[in-house]
Amino acid sequence: MIRAAGTILRKDLLLELRTKEAVPAMTLFTITVYVLFHFGLDRNSLDGDLASGVLWVTLLLAAVIGVTRLFAAEREQGGIDALLLAPVDRTALFVAKASALFLFLVVVELVALPAYDLLLLGPGLGGTLPELPLILLLGNVGIAAVGALVAALAAETRTRELIVPLMLLPLLVPLLISCAQATEPLMRSEQGPEDLGRWLGLLTLYDVVFVLVSVAVFDFLLED
Amino acid sequence: MFSKGLAPLAIATVVTLTAAFTLVFFYAPLDADQGFVQKIFYIHVPMAIVALGGFVAGGIFGIRHLRSGDSSWDLRSYVAIHLSIILGLGVLVTGAIWAKASWGHYWVWDEPVLVSFLVVFLLYCVYFPLRFAIEDPERQARYSSVFAIAAGAFVPLNFTAVRLAEAFTHPRVLSQTGGDLPGEMRLTFLVTLAGMTLLFVTLWKLELTAKHASMQLKKLRRRRAERREAVAA
Repeated sequence: MIRAAGTILRKDLLLELRTKEAVPAMTLFTITVYVLFHFGLDRNSLDGDLASGVLWVTLLLAAVIGVTRLFAAEREQGGIDALLLAPVDRTALFVAKASALFLFLVVVELVALPAYDLLLLGPGLGGTLPELPLILLLGNVGIAAVGALVAALAAETRTRELIVPLMLLPLLVPLLISCAQATEPLMRSEQGPEDLGRWLGLLTLYDVVFVLVSVAVFDFLLED
Repeated sequence: MFSKGLAPLAIATVVTLTAAFTLVFFYAPLDADQGFVQKIFYIHVPMAIVALGGFVAGGIFGIRHLRSGDSSWDLRSYVAIHLSIILGLGVLVTGAIWAKASWGHYWVWDEPVLVSFLVVFLLYCVYFPLRFAIEDPERQARYSSVFAIAAGAFVPLNFTAVRLAEAFTHPRVLSQTGGDLPGEMRLTFLVTLAGMTLLFVTLWKLELTAKHASMQLKKLRRRRAERREAVAA
């Protein structure tokens, strides 16, 4: 199963490297949203809860683009039939798609966070260093699990561009709460009390629940 | 198939609901702080509990459908979610009225139960666009069940997250859910809860019967048309 997942993942990454569809669009989108927030809030620099909220809302909106494109190549080129005919467990397909989304998000964040520091963030990224990567990591796992599930659910509908954001964003609310609350103390100008443990705990619970649910129901999607 | 016991159930619902409203208006004492407005509690809270129960039941029926492949379980899940969305709208409206009367605002963001309910409601609103964007009936049933299961798992998780986010700044006691209500209020609340549950089950069975009958009718019509064609040929 791991080998099958690895093969599909390699195919997806190769495809992304050659077509450059999802990741550059997601990155460009995050920068655009920063500009929108700059004008919308009329602020030159952000800190504290505003900074962490803007960062996480931007990342979630960028994830919507990634999720919409997750099954795009298979659908448009008809490769989905070949994938489904292959004697591969659906769980392998889920693992591959979720890992692809996870890696896309990591690449986007590698660009989006320095850009955030440069454009909007007041206190600087230095103060967030040991904790923020951990929060991002756990957040990405949750987004990847829910995103792969939503992408597969929406793949067979006529109105998938509408279904993806409408379904994905409410499902991500608990993740947004825990990520934004965990990031908020790291982005304050003056250090204050933190409650990292509770939010990381909630985030881990969210990840575990949705990875399990997605693995359990993925077998019933993308049949025939 | 679904209509068994519908008539006695309907009678039980009418009796319980009549008793519940009699208790609400003539038996339960007026709330010391809020006065008459507090009576909306007897509609709002049972409705919310039944709606959430309906969402979770929809998920459980979804599991049964995926396990057995029997599409009648999908129909059960669909009708349960449909009714819960209607009740959910009622919950949001009565919640807003109560909030306006007791806090002066129609919407209060630091009321975790109301906020979680809105998020859950928004998620379930996607059930219909998803279901009806899939044409193949077998696939429609399967995908809807997957949605019902994922969303059913999401409900408790979301309530935990929103409550944690608010508990920080607004420590609250669990006073609304009947934990420390005075005896008369608690009795009234339990009767209204029973009435609301019975109402939900009755409507659910009625809707299932109607849907099943119209599906049977469609099937018969199709068969008759086929036979006519065969005779004509």
